[in-house]
Amino acid sequence: MTPVATPFFFYFLAALTLLSAILVITRKNAVHSALALILGLLAQAGLYLMLYAPFVAGVQIILYAGGIMVLFLFVIMLVNLERSQKEEQFNRQKVAGTLAAIALGGLFVAVFIRGKALFPASSNQIAEGSNTQQVGELLYGQYMFAFEIASLLLLVAIIGAVVMAKKRI
Amino acid sequence: MVPITTLHYLVVAAALFMLGVIGVLTRRNVVIVLMSIELILNAVNLNLVAFSRLWGLHGQIFAIFVITDAAAEAAVGLGILIAFFRNKETVNIDEVDLLKW
Repeated sequence: MTPVATPFFFYFLAALTLLSAILVITRKNAVHSALALILGLLAQAGLYLMLYAPFVAGVQIILYAGGIMVLFLFVIMLVNLERSQKEEQFNRQKVAGTLAAIALGGLFVAVFIRGKALFPASSNQIAEGSNTQQVGELLYGQYMFAFEIASLLLLVAIIGAVVMAKKRI
Repeated sequence: MVPITTLHYLVVAAALFMLGVIGVLTRRNVVIVLMSIELILNAVNLNLVAFSRLWGLHGQIFAIFVITDAAAEAAVGLGILIAFFRNKETVNIDEVDLLKW
């Protein structure tokens, strides 16, 4: 079959992801940041589809854009952000922090240039039709223990969130 | 046009990671700092899925576990934020200095 992963779609989705990430870290209003983050998450789900990972793309949309972002928006509505909008949005270490992050990016670029040979250009095609089945077999087979531990982690997170958000224990 | 290789995805993920780090280090609003942490986790996920195209499905399994971790982290972090806001009426991260000696 002809690949759907055409360069145009890759560049479009990558630009959308990075643009919305820039909007997330620069907007004054936290609601605008959350909406930009949702756009970026959806674009990233498109990138997962281009990488032949439909199950991860679906989980990304349902769990991230559907679940976690609703949690964020709820909390933004619960806490009163109006006072902090009038204040300075960036802290005193903003120049040093940005420079450190750019140095980190330079490190990434150096690693990619030196290690280019480690990433083979040709990819062995994974059958995307049975992707969900294969992921499920791995998840309930080889990664069974980690899967159960993840459920325990979620239980602890639920209890922790309830205890911390409660007024009086 | 050049075909899209794994390296393209890695560069996008590195840029996303960098933007997330800038957000964590420079913003004062705790909610946006938590969103920047989500950006960082997403960059890691993009790396894992990009590598899973080369070396089998294990990367996608790890991406699912990272998403689970992100959900747990967001729930606990926002719970802490609500508890903190109830005590100090602020969401600025540089005013969170109760444990500072």
